[in-house]
Amino acid sequence: MLEVDALAFGFPGRTVGRDVSFSVAAGEVMCVLGPNGGGKTTLFRTILGLLEKHGGAVRIDGAALETLERGEIARRAGYVPQGHAAYFAYTVREFVLMGRTAHLGVFSAPGKGDLAVANRALEALGVAHLADQPVTEISGGERQLALVARALAQEPKLLVLDEPTASLDFGNQVRVLAKLASLAASGIAILFSSHDPDHAFLCARRALLLAEGRVLEIGAPREVIRADTLERMYRVSVQVLPLPGGAHTCLPAIRP
Amino acid sequence: MSSRTLSYVLAAGALVGLAALAFAVGRYPISVSEIFSVLFGQQVSPNVETVVLQVRGPRVLAALVVGAALAAAGTAYQGMFRNPLVSPDILGVSTGAALGAVLGIFLSLNVVLIQLAAFVGGLTAVGLVYFVGSRLRGHDPLLALVLTGVVIGTLLGSAIALLKYLADPYNQLPAITYWLLGSLAAITPKEILYSIPLILAGLAPMLLLRWRMNLLALPDDEARALGVDTRKLRTLIVAAATLMTAAAVAVSGIIGWVGLLIPHAARLLVGPDFGRLLPLAMLLGAAFLLAVDTLCRTIATIEVPPGVLTALIGTPFFLWLFALARRSW
Repeated sequence: MLEVDALAFGFPGRTVGRDVSFSVAAGEVMCVLGPNGGGKTTLFRTILGLLEKHGGAVRIDGAALETLERGEIARRAGYVPQGHAAYFAYTVREFVLMGRTAHLGVFSAPGKGDLAVANRALEALGVAHLADQPVTEISGGERQLALVARALAQEPKLLVLDEPTASLDFGNQVRVLAKLASLAASGIAILFSSHDPDHAFLCARRALLLAEGRVLEIGAPREVIRADTLERMYRVSVQVLPLPGGAHTCLPAIRP
Repeated sequence: MSSRTLSYVLAAGALVGLAALAFAVGRYPISVSEIFSVLFGQQVSPNVETVVLQVRGPRVLAALVVGAALAAAGTAYQGMFRNPLVSPDILGVSTGAALGAVLGIFLSLNVVLIQLAAFVGGLTAVGLVYFVGSRLRGHDPLLALVLTGVVIGTLLGSAIALLKYLADPYNQLPAITYWLLGSLAAITPKEILYSIPLILAGLAPMLLLRWRMNLLALPDDEARALGVDTRKLRTLIVAAATLMTAAAVAVSGIIGWVGLLIPHAARLLVGPDFGRLLPLAMLLGAAFLLAVDTLCRTIATIEVPPGVLTALIGTPFFLWLFALARRSW
Protein backbone atom coordinates (compact mmCIF):
# COMPACT_ATOMS: atom_id res chain seq x y z
CA MET A 1 0.00 0.00 0.00
CA LEU A 2 2.89 2.30 0.87
CA GLU A 3 6.27 1.98 -0.74
CA VAL A 4 9.14 4.25 0.25
CA ASP A 5 12.31 3.93 -1.80
CA ALA A 6 15.66 5.58 -0.98
CA LEU A 7 13.76 8.60 0.33
CA ALA A 8 15.66 11.73 1.31
CA PHE A 9 13.58 14.18 3.34
CA GLY A 10 13.81 17.39 5.33
CA PHE A 11 12.89 21.04 5.29
CA PRO A 12 13.51 23.49 2.47
CA GLY A 13 17.28 23.84 2.30
CA ARG A 14 18.00 21.29 5.05
CA THR A 15 17.98 17.53 4.55
CA VAL A 16 17.44 15.69 7.82
CA GLY A 17 17.22 12.10 6.59
CA ARG A 18 18.19 9.97 3.61
CA ASP A 19 18.23 6.43 2.23
CA VAL A 20 15.00 5.46 3.93
CA SER A 21 13.35 2.48 2.24
CA PHE A 22 10.46 0.39 3.51
CA SER A 23 6.97 -0.69 2.58
CA VAL A 24 3.74 -1.25 4.46
CA ALA A 25 1.28 -3.78 3.05
CA ALA A 26 -2.50 -3.62 3.35
CA GLY A 27 -3.52 -4.95 6.74
CA GLU A 28 -0.06 -4.47 8.21
CA VAL A 29 0.93 -2.31 11.20
CA MET A 30 4.36 -0.72 11.09
CA CYS A 31 5.72 1.11 14.13
CA VAL A 32 8.44 3.75 13.75
CA LEU A 33 10.64 4.16 16.82
CA GLY A 34 13.36 6.73 17.28
CA PRO A 35 14.66 9.45 19.54
CA ASN A 36 13.36 13.03 19.63
CA GLY A 37 14.65 14.87 16.60
CA GLY A 38 15.31 11.58 14.81
CA GLY A 39 13.12 12.63 11.88
CA LYS A 40 9.90 10.65 12.48
CA THR A 41 7.51 13.57 12.01
CA THR A 42 9.46 14.94 9.06
CA LEU A 43 9.42 11.50 7.43
CA PHE A 44 5.64 11.22 7.89
CA ARG A 45 4.97 14.71 6.55
CA THR A 46 7.10 13.92 3.49
CA ILE A 47 5.27 10.64 2.86
CA LEU A 48 1.99 12.59 2.88
CA GLY A 49 3.33 15.23 0.50
CA LEU A 50 3.16 17.98 3.13
CA LEU A 51 6.88 18.55 2.69
CA GLU A 52 8.74 18.30 -0.62
CA LYS A 53 10.90 15.19 -0.78
CA HIS A 54 14.59 15.74 -1.34
CA GLY A 55 15.09 12.57 -3.33
CA GLY A 56 13.91 8.98 -3.81
CA ALA A 57 10.33 7.86 -4.33
CA VAL A 58 7.07 7.44 -2.43
CA ARG A 59 4.21 5.40 -3.85
CA ILE A 60 0.80 5.26 -2.21
CA ASP A 61 -1.51 2.52 -3.50
CA GLY A 62 0.73 2.14 -6.53
CA ALA A 63 0.74 5.81 -7.56
CA ALA A 64 3.81 8.04 -7.31
CA LEU A 65 3.21 10.74 -4.72
CA GLU A 66 4.16 13.63 -7.00
CA THR A 67 1.50 12.63 -9.56
CA LEU A 68 -1.30 12.86 -6.98
CA GLU A 69 -3.40 15.94 -6.26
CA ARG A 70 -4.04 16.88 -2.62
CA GLY A 71 -7.55 15.44 -2.80
CA GLU A 72 -6.28 12.16 -4.27
CA ILE A 73 -3.71 11.83 -1.50
CA ALA A 74 -6.42 12.54 1.09
CA ARG A 75 -8.65 9.80 -0.33
CA ARG A 76 -5.79 7.31 -0.07
CA ALA A 77 -4.06 8.32 3.16
CA GLY A 78 -5.44 9.60 6.46
CA TYR A 79 -3.20 11.60 8.77
CA VAL A 80 -3.38 11.91 12.53
CA PRO A 81 -0.98 14.69 13.49
CA GLN A 82 0.81 15.01 16.78
CA GLY A 83 -1.44 17.01 19.06
CA HIS A 84 -3.99 19.47 17.78
CA ALA A 85 -4.60 23.02 18.81
CA ALA A 86 -8.32 23.79 18.62
CA TYR A 87 -9.06 27.39 17.71
CA PHE A 88 -12.79 27.39 17.24
CA ALA A 89 -15.57 25.51 18.96
CA TYR A 90 -16.59 23.13 16.18
CA THR A 91 -18.54 20.18 17.53
CA VAL A 92 -16.78 16.83 17.45
CA ARG A 93 -19.22 15.73 14.72
CA GLU A 94 -18.40 18.75 12.53
CA PHE A 95 -14.72 18.12 13.19
CA VAL A 96 -14.97 14.50 12.07
CA LEU A 97 -17.08 15.53 9.06
CA MET A 98 -14.10 17.57 7.86
CA GLY A 99 -12.54 14.19 7.07
CA ARG A 100 -15.09 13.86 4.25
CA THR A 101 -13.82 16.93 2.38
CA ALA A 102 -11.73 15.04 -0.15
CA HIS A 103 -14.80 13.00 -1.14
CA LEU A 104 -16.90 16.12 -1.81
CA GLY A 105 -17.09 18.38 -4.82
CA VAL A 106 -15.27 21.68 -4.42
CA PHE A 107 -18.50 23.61 -3.82
CA SER A 108 -20.38 20.93 -1.85
CA ALA A 109 -21.06 20.50 1.83
CA PRO A 110 -21.28 17.05 3.45
CA GLY A 111 -24.58 15.25 2.96
CA LYS A 112 -26.46 12.41 4.68
CA GLY A 113 -24.05 9.75 3.41
CA ASP A 114 -21.09 11.69 4.76
CA LEU A 115 -22.83 12.12 8.09
CA ALA A 116 -23.34 8.37 8.28
CA VAL A 117 -19.62 7.76 7.61
CA ALA A 118 -18.69 10.30 10.29
CA ASN A 119 -21.06 8.73 12.81
CA ARG A 120 -19.63 5.26 12.09
CA ALA A 121 -16.10 6.62 12.63
CA LEU A 122 -17.16 8.18 15.93
CA GLU A 123 -18.69 4.89 17.07
CA ALA A 124 -15.64 2.92 15.96
CA LEU A 125 -13.47 5.05 18.25
CA GLY A 126 -15.99 4.94 21.07
CA VAL A 127 -16.52 8.71 21.15
CA ALA A 128 -20.03 8.88 19.71
CA HIS A 129 -21.27 10.31 23.02
CA LEU A 130 -19.04 13.37 22.45
CA ALA A 131 -20.49 14.15 19.01
CA ASP A 132 -22.23 17.37 20.04
CA GLN A 133 -19.48 18.65 22.37
CA PRO A 134 -17.19 21.44 21.16
CA VAL A 135 -13.67 20.17 20.38
CA THR A 136 -12.35 22.98 22.55
CA GLU A 137 -14.02 21.50 25.61
CA ILE A 138 -13.03 17.84 25.52
CA SER A 139 -9.88 16.38 27.07
CA GLY A 140 -6.63 15.93 25.18
CA GLY A 141 -7.18 12.19 25.03
CA GLU A 142 -10.69 12.55 23.69
CA ARG A 143 -9.45 15.00 21.07
CA GLN A 144 -6.84 12.44 20.01
CA LEU A 145 -9.61 9.89 19.51
CA ALA A 146 -11.61 12.47 17.54
CA LEU A 147 -8.56 13.05 15.32
CA VAL A 148 -8.34 9.31 14.61
CA ALA A 149 -12.08 9.29 13.87
CA ARG A 150 -11.62 12.19 11.45
CA ALA A 151 -8.84 10.29 9.64
CA LEU A 152 -11.11 7.21 9.48
CA ALA A 153 -13.86 9.34 7.95
CA GLN A 154 -11.48 9.87 5.02
CA GLU A 155 -11.98 6.13 4.35
CA PRO A 156 -8.27 5.79 3.69
CA LYS A 157 -6.32 2.72 2.62
CA LEU A 158 -3.32 3.95 4.59
CA LEU A 159 -3.41 5.57 8.00
CA VAL A 160 -0.39 7.58 9.17
CA LEU A 161 -0.42 8.42 12.87
CA ASP A 162 2.23 10.62 14.47
CA GLU A 163 2.57 9.55 18.10
CA PRO A 164 -1.12 8.76 18.49
CA THR A 165 -0.57 7.70 22.11
CA ALA A 166 1.27 10.80 23.28
CA SER A 167 -0.77 12.73 25.86
CA LEU A 168 -3.06 9.74 26.47
CA ASP A 169 -3.49 8.02 29.81
CA PHE A 170 -2.49 4.37 30.15
CA GLY A 171 -5.97 3.02 29.40
CA ASN A 172 -6.50 5.25 26.34
CA GLN A 173 -3.05 4.28 25.04
CA VAL A 174 -4.00 0.62 25.13
CA ARG A 175 -7.41 1.37 23.59
CA VAL A 176 -5.84 3.30 20.70
CA LEU A 177 -3.31 0.52 20.05
CA ALA A 178 -6.09 -2.08 20.11
CA LYS A 179 -8.01 0.08 17.65
CA LEU A 180 -4.99 0.20 15.33
CA ALA A 181 -4.76 -3.59 15.43
CA SER A 182 -8.45 -3.99 14.59
CA LEU A 183 -8.28 -1.38 11.82
CA ALA A 184 -5.39 -3.29 10.28
CA ALA A 185 -7.45 -6.45 10.52
CA SER A 186 -10.04 -4.69 8.36
CA GLY A 187 -7.41 -4.23 5.65
CA ILE A 188 -6.01 -0.74 6.28
CA ALA A 189 -2.23 -0.27 6.17
CA ILE A 190 -1.05 1.49 9.31
CA LEU A 191 2.11 3.47 9.92
CA PHE A 192 2.51 4.99 13.36
CA SER A 193 5.26 6.36 15.53
CA SER A 194 5.71 5.97 19.26
CA HIS A 195 8.15 6.72 22.02
CA ASP A 196 7.43 3.42 23.75
CA PRO A 197 9.08 0.31 22.23
CA ASP A 198 6.49 -1.83 24.03
CA HIS A 199 3.87 -0.38 21.65
CA ALA A 200 5.65 -2.07 18.77
CA PHE A 201 5.61 -5.37 20.67
CA LEU A 202 1.92 -4.92 21.42
CA CYS A 203 0.45 -4.27 18.00
CA ALA A 204 3.01 -3.95 15.19
CA ARG A 205 3.99 -6.65 12.74
CA ARG A 206 7.19 -4.78 11.96
CA ALA A 207 9.22 -1.99 13.55
CA LEU A 208 11.42 0.61 11.89
CA LEU A 209 14.16 2.13 14.02
CA LEU A 210 14.96 5.64 12.83
CA ALA A 211 17.91 7.55 14.24
CA GLU A 212 19.52 10.67 12.82
CA GLY A 213 17.36 10.40 9.76
CA ARG A 214 18.53 6.93 8.78
CA VAL A 215 17.09 3.45 9.14
CA LEU A 216 18.96 1.66 11.91
CA GLU A 217 17.06 -1.60 11.60
CA ILE A 218 13.80 -2.78 10.18
CA GLY A 219 12.02 -6.05 10.86
CA ALA A 220 9.84 -7.98 13.28
CA PRO A 221 9.76 -6.16 16.65
CA ARG A 222 11.22 -9.17 18.45
CA GLU A 223 14.22 -9.20 16.12
CA VAL A 224 15.07 -5.51 15.91
CA ILE A 225 14.09 -4.21 19.36
CA ARG A 226 17.06 -5.38 21.35
CA ALA A 227 19.07 -3.99 24.25
CA ASP A 228 21.88 -2.93 21.91
CA THR A 229 19.67 -1.18 19.32
CA LEU A 230 17.69 0.66 22.01
CA GLU A 231 20.90 1.76 23.73
CA ARG A 232 22.25 3.03 20.43
CA MET A 233 19.09 5.03 19.72
CA TYR A 234 18.24 6.39 23.13
CA ARG A 235 21.63 6.26 24.95
CA VAL A 236 20.20 4.61 28.05
CA SER A 237 20.52 1.06 29.36
CA VAL A 238 17.53 -1.13 28.61
CA GLN A 239 16.71 -4.77 29.21
CA VAL A 240 14.38 -6.51 26.78
CA LEU A 241 12.69 -9.26 28.76
CA PRO A 242 10.69 -12.22 27.50
CA LEU A 243 7.38 -12.72 29.26
CA PRO A 244 5.46 -15.93 29.82
CA GLY A 245 3.30 -16.59 26.77
CA GLY A 246 5.88 -15.37 24.26
CA ALA A 247 5.46 -11.59 24.67
CA HIS A 248 8.32 -9.18 25.32
CA THR A 249 8.71 -5.98 27.28
CA CYS A 250 11.39 -3.30 27.65
CA LEU A 251 12.62 -2.26 31.05
CA PRO A 252 15.05 0.62 31.39
CA ALA A 253 17.73 0.32 34.02
CA ILE A 254 18.45 3.31 36.24
CA ARG A 255 21.81 3.30 37.95
CA PRO A 256 22.00 5.88 40.67
CA MET B 1 -37.81 25.96 16.15
CA SER B 2 -34.15 25.38 16.96
CA SER B 3 -32.15 28.13 18.64
CA ARG B 4 -30.15 28.51 15.41
CA THR B 5 -33.21 29.10 13.27
CA LEU B 6 -34.46 31.48 15.94
CA SER B 7 -31.24 33.48 15.62
CA TYR B 8 -31.79 33.95 11.88
CA VAL B 9 -35.43 34.88 12.34
CA LEU B 10 -34.68 37.38 15.11
CA ALA B 11 -31.81 38.93 13.17
CA ALA B 12 -33.95 39.28 10.04
CA GLY B 13 -36.81 40.70 12.11
CA ALA B 14 -34.52 43.20 13.79
CA LEU B 15 -33.22 44.22 10.39
CA VAL B 16 -36.69 44.89 8.99
CA GLY B 17 -37.72 46.76 12.13
CA LEU B 18 -34.57 48.89 12.10
CA ALA B 19 -35.02 49.65 8.41
CA ALA B 20 -38.59 50.87 9.06
CA LEU B 21 -37.30 52.96 11.96
CA ALA B 22 -34.47 54.38 9.86
CA PHE B 23 -36.94 55.52 7.21
CA ALA B 24 -39.27 56.98 9.81
CA VAL B 25 -37.04 59.02 12.11
CA GLY B 26 -35.06 62.19 11.42
CA ARG B 27 -35.62 65.88 10.78
CA TYR B 28 -38.70 65.09 8.75
CA PRO B 29 -40.62 62.33 10.56
CA ILE B 30 -42.50 59.92 8.33
CA SER B 31 -45.13 57.41 9.42
CA VAL B 32 -44.75 53.71 8.68
CA SER B 33 -47.86 53.73 6.48
CA GLU B 34 -46.33 56.51 4.38
CA ILE B 35 -43.14 54.48 3.96
CA PHE B 36 -45.10 51.52 2.65
CA SER B 37 -47.11 53.79 0.36
CA VAL B 38 -43.90 55.09 -1.23
CA LEU B 39 -42.27 51.68 -1.48
CA PHE B 40 -45.35 50.20 -3.16
CA GLY B 41 -45.67 53.11 -5.58
CA GLN B 42 -48.82 54.72 -4.19
CA GLN B 43 -49.54 58.43 -4.33
CA VAL B 44 -48.01 60.45 -1.47
CA SER B 45 -46.86 64.02 -1.02
CA PRO B 46 -43.71 64.87 -3.04
CA ASN B 47 -41.87 65.78 0.16
CA VAL B 48 -42.37 62.34 1.63
CA GLU B 49 -41.36 60.71 -1.61
CA THR B 50 -38.15 62.76 -1.82
CA VAL B 51 -37.16 62.01 1.77
CA VAL B 52 -37.83 58.28 1.44
CA LEU B 53 -36.38 57.68 -2.01
CA GLN B 54 -33.69 60.34 -2.39
CA VAL B 55 -32.51 61.12 1.14
CA ARG B 56 -33.03 58.13 3.43
CA GLY B 57 -33.31 55.32 0.86
CA PRO B 58 -29.72 55.45 -0.40
CA ARG B 59 -28.44 55.86 3.13
CA VAL B 60 -30.37 52.88 4.47
CA LEU B 61 -29.24 50.79 1.52
CA ALA B 62 -25.63 51.90 2.04
CA ALA B 63 -25.73 50.95 5.72
CA LEU B 64 -27.13 47.51 4.87
CA VAL B 65 -24.63 46.85 2.09
CA VAL B 66 -21.55 48.20 3.88
CA GLY B 67 -22.47 46.53 7.19
CA ALA B 68 -23.08 43.16 5.55
CA ALA B 69 -19.88 43.39 3.49
CA LEU B 70 -17.64 44.30 6.44
CA ALA B 71 -19.17 41.54 8.57
CA ALA B 72 -18.76 38.94 5.82
CA ALA B 73 -15.13 39.87 5.21
CA GLY B 74 -14.45 39.81 8.95
CA THR B 75 -16.05 36.37 9.27
CA ALA B 76 -13.89 34.97 6.48
CA TYR B 77 -10.71 36.49 7.91
CA GLN B 78 -11.30 35.38 11.49
CA GLY B 79 -11.74 31.79 10.35
CA MET B 80 -8.84 31.91 7.98
CA PHE B 81 -6.39 33.56 10.36
CA ARG B 82 -7.63 31.28 13.18
CA ASN B 83 -7.88 34.32 15.35
CA PRO B 84 -10.98 35.98 16.72
CA LEU B 85 -9.17 39.32 17.05
CA VAL B 86 -8.74 39.73 13.33
CA SER B 87 -10.73 42.34 11.42
CA PRO B 88 -11.00 42.75 7.64
CA ASP B 89 -8.26 45.38 7.60
CA ILE B 90 -5.53 43.11 9.02
CA LEU B 91 -3.82 42.96 5.61
CA GLY B 92 -3.98 46.71 5.10
CA VAL B 93 -7.07 47.13 2.94
CA SER B 94 -8.40 50.06 4.98
CA THR B 95 -5.05 51.79 5.29
CA GLY B 96 -4.46 51.36 1.57
CA ALA B 97 -7.93 52.72 0.79
CA ALA B 98 -7.36 55.61 3.18
CA LEU B 99 -4.07 56.48 1.50
CA GLY B 100 -5.78 56.39 -1.91
CA ALA B 101 -8.60 58.64 -0.73
CA VAL B 102 -6.30 61.05 1.12
CA LEU B 103 -4.10 61.31 -1.96
CA GLY B 104 -7.22 61.97 -4.04
CA ILE B 105 -8.34 64.74 -1.68
CA PHE B 106 -4.82 66.16 -1.57
CA LEU B 107 -4.76 66.35 -5.37
CA SER B 108 -8.24 67.95 -5.28
CA LEU B 109 -9.77 65.21 -7.44
CA ASN B 110 -13.55 64.94 -7.77
CA VAL B 111 -15.61 62.61 -5.59
CA VAL B 112 -15.80 59.74 -8.07
CA LEU B 113 -12.04 59.73 -8.58
CA ILE B 114 -11.43 59.88 -4.83
CA GLN B 115 -13.57 56.79 -4.39
CA LEU B 116 -11.82 55.06 -7.25
CA ALA B 117 -8.46 55.96 -5.68
CA ALA B 118 -9.64 54.50 -2.35
CA PHE B 119 -10.79 51.28 -4.03
CA VAL B 120 -7.56 50.88 -6.00
CA GLY B 121 -5.50 51.83 -2.93
CA GLY B 122 -7.14 49.08 -0.87
CA LEU B 123 -6.57 46.42 -3.53
CA THR B 124 -2.98 47.55 -4.14
CA ALA B 125 -2.05 47.51 -0.46
CA VAL B 126 -3.32 43.95 0.06
CA GLY B 127 -1.77 42.86 -3.24
CA LEU B 128 1.57 44.19 -2.07
CA VAL B 129 1.25 42.57 1.36
CA TYR B 130 0.28 39.26 -0.20
CA PHE B 131 3.09 39.40 -2.75
CA VAL B 132 5.76 40.13 -0.13
CA GLY B 133 4.25 37.93 2.60
CA SER B 134 3.94 34.82 0.44
CA ARG B 135 7.58 35.12 -0.55
CA LEU B 136 8.81 34.90 3.03
CA ARG B 137 9.20 31.13 2.86
CA GLY B 138 10.21 28.92 5.73
CA HIS B 139 7.79 30.63 8.12
CA ASP B 140 4.22 29.92 9.02
CA PRO B 141 2.47 31.38 5.94
CA LEU B 142 -0.22 33.08 8.02
CA LEU B 143 2.24 34.68 10.41
CA ALA B 144 4.28 35.95 7.46
CA LEU B 145 1.16 37.53 5.96
CA VAL B 146 0.04 39.18 9.18
CA LEU B 147 3.49 40.58 9.99
CA THR B 148 3.90 41.90 6.46
CA GLY B 149 0.44 43.45 6.77
CA VAL B 150 1.41 45.18 9.99
CA VAL B 151 4.69 46.65 8.73
CA ILE B 152 3.34 47.73 5.34
CA GLY B 153 0.27 49.16 7.09
CA THR B 154 2.56 51.24 9.28
CA LEU B 155 4.43 52.49 6.23
CA LEU B 156 1.19 53.50 4.51
CA GLY B 157 0.06 55.12 7.75
CA SER B 158 3.08 57.38 7.75
CA ALA B 159 2.40 58.31 4.12
CA ILE B 160 -1.12 59.34 5.22
CA ALA B 161 0.36 61.36 8.09
CA LEU B 162 2.70 63.13 5.67
CA LEU B 163 -0.16 64.04 3.33
CA LYS B 164 -2.20 65.35 6.25
CA TYR B 165 0.76 67.46 7.32
CA LEU B 166 1.14 68.87 3.81
CA ALA B 167 -2.59 69.32 3.16
CA ASP B 168 -4.32 72.68 3.08
CA PRO B 169 -5.64 73.03 6.66
CA TYR B 170 -8.80 74.95 5.68
CA ASN B 171 -10.25 72.79 2.88
CA GLN B 172 -8.37 69.56 2.51
CA LEU B 173 -7.64 68.62 6.10
CA PRO B 174 -11.29 68.65 7.23
CA ALA B 175 -12.21 66.59 4.16
CA ILE B 176 -9.47 64.10 4.99
CA THR B 177 -10.55 63.86 8.64
CA TYR B 178 -14.16 63.45 7.54
CA TRP B 179 -13.23 60.62 5.17
CA LEU B 180 -11.04 58.84 7.73
CA LEU B 181 -13.89 58.85 10.26
CA GLY B 182 -16.27 57.33 7.74
CA SER B 183 -19.74 58.52 6.85
CA LEU B 184 -22.83 57.29 5.09
CA ALA B 185 -24.34 60.79 4.84
CA ALA B 186 -23.32 61.78 1.35
CA ILE B 187 -23.67 58.47 -0.46
CA THR B 188 -25.60 58.66 -3.74
CA PRO B 189 -27.64 55.78 -5.22
CA LYS B 190 -25.17 55.55 -8.10
CA GLU B 191 -22.22 54.83 -5.77
CA ILE B 192 -24.09 52.03 -4.07
CA LEU B 193 -25.07 50.55 -7.41
CA TYR B 194 -21.39 50.48 -8.39
CA SER B 195 -20.30 48.84 -5.15
CA ILE B 196 -23.00 46.15 -4.95
CA PRO B 197 -21.75 44.02 -7.89
CA LEU B 198 -18.19 44.19 -6.54
CA ILE B 199 -19.37 43.10 -3.10
CA LEU B 200 -21.44 40.28 -4.57
CA ALA B 201 -18.42 39.16 -6.60
CA GLY B 202 -16.48 38.90 -3.35
CA LEU B 203 -19.32 37.11 -1.61
CA ALA B 204 -19.79 34.44 -4.28
CA PRO B 205 -16.61 32.42 -3.59
CA MET B 206 -17.27 32.56 0.16
CA LEU B 207 -20.75 31.15 -0.31
CA LEU B 208 -19.65 28.52 -2.81
CA LEU B 209 -16.67 27.38 -0.74
CA ARG B 210 -18.47 27.64 2.60
CA TRP B 211 -17.61 24.08 3.64
CA ARG B 212 -13.94 24.31 2.71
CA MET B 213 -13.69 27.59 4.59
CA ASN B 214 -14.06 25.56 7.79
CA LEU B 215 -10.91 23.63 7.02
CA LEU B 216 -8.88 26.83 6.77
CA ALA B 217 -9.43 27.13 10.53
CA LEU B 218 -7.36 23.96 11.02
CA PRO B 219 -3.56 23.97 11.18
CA ASP B 220 -2.20 24.19 7.64
CA ASP B 221 -0.81 20.63 7.57
CA GLU B 222 -4.09 19.13 8.69
CA ALA B 223 -6.17 21.01 6.14
CA ARG B 224 -3.81 19.90 3.38
CA ALA B 225 -3.81 16.30 4.59
CA LEU B 226 -7.60 16.43 4.41
CA GLY B 227 -7.37 17.35 0.73
CA VAL B 228 -7.52 21.15 0.65
CA ASP B 229 -5.06 23.18 -1.39
CA THR B 230 -4.77 25.80 1.35
CA ARG B 231 -2.53 28.12 -0.62
CA LYS B 232 -4.99 28.43 -3.49
CA LEU B 233 -8.02 28.70 -1.23
CA ARG B 234 -6.37 31.32 0.97
CA THR B 235 -5.37 33.43 -2.02
CA LEU B 236 -8.92 33.30 -3.35
CA ILE B 237 -10.50 34.24 -0.02
CA VAL B 238 -8.03 37.08 0.59
CA ALA B 239 -8.90 38.40 -2.88
CA ALA B 240 -12.64 38.03 -2.24
CA ALA B 241 -12.59 39.66 1.20
CA THR B 242 -10.36 42.47 -0.06
CA LEU B 243 -12.65 43.18 -3.00
CA MET B 244 -15.65 43.38 -0.67
CA THR B 245 -13.95 45.55 1.91
CA ALA B 246 -12.37 47.88 -0.62
CA ALA B 247 -15.71 48.34 -2.40
CA ALA B 248 -17.43 49.09 0.92
CA VAL B 249 -14.74 51.35 2.35
CA ALA B 250 -14.46 53.31 -0.90
CA VAL B 251 -18.04 54.58 -0.50
CA SER B 252 -18.27 54.78 3.30
CA GLY B 253 -14.79 55.67 4.47
CA ILE B 254 -13.29 53.74 7.35
CA ILE B 255 -15.88 52.35 9.75
CA GLY B 256 -14.20 50.17 12.33
CA TRP B 257 -15.52 47.49 14.67
CA VAL B 258 -18.22 46.00 12.41
CA GLY B 259 -15.87 43.42 10.92
CA LEU B 260 -14.40 42.56 14.31
CA LEU B 261 -17.44 42.55 16.54
CA ILE B 262 -20.20 41.09 14.38
CA PRO B 263 -18.51 37.77 13.47
CA HIS B 264 -18.02 37.17 17.20
CA ALA B 265 -21.62 37.81 18.04
CA ALA B 266 -22.75 35.56 15.19
CA ARG B 267 -20.37 32.76 16.21
CA LEU B 268 -21.73 32.92 19.72
CA LEU B 269 -25.24 32.38 18.37
CA VAL B 270 -24.77 29.65 15.73
CA GLY B 271 -21.28 28.24 16.27
CA PRO B 272 -18.24 28.36 13.98
CA ASP B 273 -19.56 26.47 10.92
CA PHE B 274 -18.95 28.96 8.09
CA GLY B 275 -22.04 28.07 6.07
CA ARG B 276 -24.29 28.94 9.01
CA LEU B 277 -22.14 31.77 10.30
CA LEU B 278 -21.85 33.84 7.12
CA PRO B 279 -25.56 34.62 6.53
CA LEU B 280 -26.15 35.48 10.18
CA ALA B 281 -23.05 37.68 10.34
CA MET B 282 -24.27 39.56 7.26
CA LEU B 283 -27.74 40.07 8.74
CA LEU B 284 -26.28 41.27 12.03
CA GLY B 285 -23.67 43.46 10.33
CA ALA B 286 -26.35 45.15 8.22
CA ALA B 287 -28.62 45.63 11.24
CA PHE B 288 -25.78 46.94 13.42
CA LEU B 289 -24.54 49.53 10.96
CA LEU B 290 -28.09 50.62 10.18
CA ALA B 291 -28.77 51.12 13.90
CA VAL B 292 -25.50 53.00 14.35
CA ASP B 293 -26.09 55.23 11.35
CA THR B 294 -29.65 56.03 12.43
CA LEU B 295 -28.32 57.02 15.86
CA CYS B 296 -25.57 59.08 14.20
CA ARG B 297 -28.04 61.33 12.43
CA THR B 298 -30.62 61.61 15.24
CA ILE B 299 -28.89 61.83 18.63
CA ALA B 300 -27.37 65.27 18.14
CA THR B 301 -27.97 68.38 16.07
CA ILE B 302 -24.80 67.64 14.11
CA GLU B 303 -24.02 64.25 12.60
CA VAL B 304 -21.84 61.99 14.73
CA PRO B 305 -19.29 60.06 12.61
CA PRO B 306 -20.33 56.37 12.61
CA GLY B 307 -16.73 55.26 13.25
CA VAL B 308 -16.88 57.03 16.62
CA LEU B 309 -20.18 55.48 17.55
CA THR B 310 -19.22 51.94 16.49
CA ALA B 311 -16.19 52.25 18.78
CA LEU B 312 -18.30 53.58 21.65
CA ILE B 313 -20.77 50.71 21.32
CA GLY B 314 -18.18 48.18 20.19
CA THR B 315 -15.75 48.45 23.08
CA PRO B 316 -18.07 47.52 25.97
CA PHE B 317 -19.95 45.04 23.80
CA PHE B 318 -16.74 43.31 22.80
CA LEU B 319 -15.54 43.07 26.40
CA TRP B 320 -18.93 41.69 27.40
CA LEU B 321 -18.78 39.09 24.62
CA PHE B 322 -15.25 38.19 25.63
CA ALA B 323 -16.32 37.63 29.24
CA LEU B 324 -19.34 35.65 28.11
CA ALA B 325 -17.58 33.48 25.56
CA ARG B 326 -14.46 32.57 27.52
CA ARG B 327 -14.53 29.07 26.19
CA SER B 328 -16.02 29.04 22.74
CA TRP B 329 -14.63 31.34 20.14
